[in-house]
Formats: sequence, structure tokens, C-alpha cells
Amino acid sequence: MTVLTPVLSTPPLVGADADGHAAFDVRDLKFWYGPAPALKDITLQIPARQITAIIGPSGCGKSTFIRCFNRMNELVPGARVEGQILFHGQNLYAPAVDPVEVRRRIGMVFQKPNPFPQSIYDNIAYGPRLNGFKGNMDEFVERSLRQAVLWDEVKDKLRQNAYTLSGGQQQRLCIARALAVEPDAILMDEPCSALDPIATLKIEELMHELAVNYTIIIVTHNMQQAARVSDITAMMMLVDDHRTGTVIEVGETQTIFTRPKDKRTEDYVTGRFG
Amino acid sequence: MDVQPMGALPEAVNTLSPAPPALTGTVRRRISEGAIAGALFLCAAVSILTTAGIIGVLVFEAFEFLRAVPLADFLLGRVWTPLFDPPSFGVLPLVAGTTIVSVTAMLIALPVGLLAAIYLSEYAGRNTRRVLKPLLEILAGVPTVVYGYFALTFVTPLLRQVWPQAQVFNALSAGIVMGVMIIPLVSSLGEDAMSAVPNALREAAYGLGATKLDVTLRTVVPAALSGIVAAFILAISRAIGETMIVLIAAGQSTTLQFNPLKAMETMTAYIARVSLGDNPQQSTEFKTIFAVGMLLFIMTFVLNLISQRVLAKYRQVYQ
Repeated sequence: MTVLTPVLSTPPLVGADADGHAAFDVRDLKFWYGPAPALKDITLQIPARQITAIIGPSGCGKSTFIRCFNRMNELVPGARVEGQILFHGQNLYAPAVDPVEVRRRIGMVFQKPNPFPQSIYDNIAYGPRLNGFKGNMDEFVERSLRQAVLWDEVKDKLRQNAYTLSGGQQQRLCIARALAVEPDAILMDEPCSALDPIATLKIEELMHELAVNYTIIIVTHNMQQAARVSDITAMMMLVDDHRTGTVIEVGETQTIFTRPKDKRTEDYVTGRFG
Repeated sequence: MDVQPMGALPEAVNTLSPAPPALTGTVRRRISEGAIAGALFLCAAVSILTTAGIIGVLVFEAFEFLRAVPLADFLLGRVWTPLFDPPSFGVLPLVAGTTIVSVTAMLIALPVGLLAAIYLSEYAGRNTRRVLKPLLEILAGVPTVVYGYFALTFVTPLLRQVWPQAQVFNALSAGIVMGVMIIPLVSSLGEDAMSAVPNALREAAYGLGATKLDVTLRTVVPAALSGIVAAFILAISRAIGETMIVLIAAGQSTTLQFNPLKAMETMTAYIARVSLGDNPQQSTEFKTIFAVGMLLFIMTFVLNLISQRVLAKYRQVYQ
């Protein structure tokens, strides 16, 4: 599927785009909400068209970290970023970069399903309408819903309010809504934490299908889920007296779960940790 | 914890436990609960009874009036001279006065109030909002008589500089000042409605590449629409019912005409003027105020009904 290029120095990262860039190249990222740093010293690469899981104990900054990838953190007053995140070689935090444009290229799915209180159809059409979509909206909505494997369940009630759907369907609607913007990458912040096991399974199957075309980053507190769905796993921990989060280890998921290098990762993935 | 072998239950379980206390409550508690419920009901009943009493008097007196004046003459007549001889009871000049002053007020209060609400809820920083919102609400606490003289002694002279033909008492000045008075009502209620929209919806929109304006206009305002429309309706009712400003600044001309630069009398101002005058209580002249009041009541009531229908159709319910 993808070619290993010499530009990528860290061996397990095989996903690279045509120019040889990783999808995301995080370089010495630091992040503050106020005076104290919430994240520091994060350097890692995220391969294109693969699934990367971010795991770690509660409160270690996983959500904060994933929100750096589409600059959602900037909506919080007082937030500050240092370092770089290169997206296919382009620094997302360069002065000329418009965060609105970033978010159109890098979609996001949230912890709790958050459809708009509008019809299923209008939810999907929201993004295309923002972009001044001119084509056949009906076809486009159908395509997005099919991509999220939701079409058969909702095709007869597109005009109904999105809140009439079950939680799992709402979350897949949110994924379809993100896909309708035609992003390059999708960020998922604990997308299954509010869902039952069957709905969770459907989302995970969907992620596998989407990973053929999209770069996916998922935050999860569920280690089994990380082991099931991801190709790469990044382990986060709080350091500096439990105040600042950082990535302590990153590698192929199988390696992280069977032969981690860091003792703290081993304790965490084997369940011996707090 | 010690593990007990099967069958050997702890000592305490084997001894007879005392009978559980009875579950019946005390008589005293039941009586006091009943008394509280009764007292609360009475408080609620006072306002309902008052409303019913007001409507009763209105309907009764208006009916008395309509025995002397045919309904069609009242509703469709273009001349309102109840105190002249011979009197004429066509209410349209008053309705026109109320409409023109209210529309002027709404043209100011609705857009400015909504934009202020959007600014406060979506654009202002936390500190700005903390200062601005109470300041705006002070506007709502200014007595209406102050607004009235503000209109007459400050706004009217300004208007007369722009339009020298404007009369000393005119509908425009009263309408503008009334609009200013109503801005805080719209902005405060509108801001409440928009702040109640869950942040998850804003994040969803931002995540799709929406700009701040997109988020506001395509997500927050539609989600808060029921609250915003409710604020608008309340504002319109307030404008229609406002008395003091128009009494002071709008004049008392009951000629049917639509030029806001001229003096006009609104329904409320007429009621206030005649009820303070020295017309005998049983005269038809005096009963006009009940007929006008009844019409005013029906107008606001219909407005509320329409708004509820509109809301039921368009409101977005979010979890």
C-alpha cells in the first residue's frame, strides 16, 4: 500500500505519502492552558492511511494532544502552543496557516455523539454547504452515509431529526458528517466511550474500512480497543510530579502490547498501573 | 475480610433480628406536607384569579360598550372622537398609532438586541461579558417616565434638526426611545438562549471547518431559535403595552395617518389619558377604554398564539 522511504528515520513507521512525508510529524510539541505546561517534549510521526492509537491513564493529556492536530485547542482561552506539527510536510502552526482550513482537511469525531439538532440529511450537508458545495447534494449525502455504513439504516428517514437515532448510529452519523467534508485525516477522541459493545464493534469495523483511504488517530482509554484497531500505538503518561503529559513510547501496536521498552508502558498495558 | 466457610454464617445473622420499624409516616408529617402544598397552590391561584378577574372586567365592560356602539363601527371606523359631540368610535387611528410606534421600536430593538446577544454570547471575552451584561441590564431598570422625557427633550430636538417638519410630539421619537429601552430585554434573553446551546455543538461545527460566523449563524442561532423568538415576542408585547413614553412624547392626535414625524396617540396612551380624565364612569366615553383594552389584549394574545405555533414547528430540541 505505501512505500517506506529513507526520509522516515524511525523504522516502524511505514505509512508515507507520495512525497515521503509522514501524515503528521510532531516535533517537540509543548502546550499550555495557563501558566503550567499540559504537554511537553512530544516528538513522533504518524503514518498516513493507518490507524494510530493514543493510550494512557486518565488525565494524561490524550485529548489535549489529539486536539493539537486540528488546532481545536485554540478555542480555549489562554491556550498556547510551541513546537511544530507537520501535516504532509506543512507546519500546521505556521503563521500563515488558517485554522479553519486545517479543520476542513483534518476532521474530528468527539467523545459524545454531537449531531446538530437538525435532520440527518442536514447534518451531513452542513460541511459541504460551508464549502459552497455545488454538485448533487442528495448523491453526496448518500455517498457519505454509505461510507459510514449507515445508509441502509437511515435511507428512509433522512428528513428525521438526528436525535431519533440510537447513540451508536448518532456517532456513525458524526463520522459520516466528518467524511462529507472530504478530509485527509480523521481524529477520534474516545469515539466509543458513550457506546455499548455492539455499537463499539461497528465503529471499529468502520475504522478499518476507512483506514484504506484516511489517516486515523484515535484516543482511547480502552486498551483492548487500541490493540484491536490500531497499527501504531503511542503511550502517554504524566511526568514532572503528575502535571505534564508526554508520549513516553511509540511503536507498532503489537510491540507495544507484547514487548514494550518502557517499564511504565508494560505496567499500564498489563493492567498493573493505577 | 475473613472468608466464612459455606453454611457457617456470621453470628449476628443467626440470631433473630428485631422487627423492622413500621413504614407508615407520622400524621404530623402528612398534615404539614398537605399544608405546604395548599399554601403553594394559593400563591399560584392568586395570580390566576387576578388574571381571570381582569379578563372578566374587560369582557364585561367591553360588552357594555358594544351594546352602544356596533362592533363594525368600532373596528373599522376611521375617526376616533369619542369625547366630541356627536362622538365617533372608530378605533383604527389608535391601532395605527400603536402599530407605527411599535414597529419603529422593533426596527431598533430586534436587530440591535439580537446582535448584542450574539456579541455577548459568542464574541465577547469572559471579562467583557461580565461588565457589559449588567450594564445593559441597567438600561432595563431606568423608569419609563425618564425615557419619555428623554424622547421629548433630547431625541425630538435632534430629529427636528434632521427633519424640520417633525412635530414636537411625534411617533418616531417615542418609537426610537422605546426601541432603546427594549434592547436589553432582547439581548439578555437572547444571550441566555444562546449560552444554553451546548458547547459540543459549537465544537462539532468548528471541527467541520466552520468559521466563527458560520458557527454562530448556522449552529448557535438555529439551536437557540425558540429562546430568541420568545425574546422577540416578549419585546413586541412590551412595545405594544408600553404607555408612559408614548403618553409623554408621541402626542394625542387621533387623526388616521401614517407619518411617524407627526403626533399620534397609541391605544395605551389613550387609555391612560381617559382613565385619568373626568368622564363619568358609566358613560360610553369612559367605557371606550375597556373596549380599547380588550382589543389590546386580543392583539397580544393572538401574537403569543402565533409565536407558539411558529416555535412548535421550527424549534430544535437538543439533548
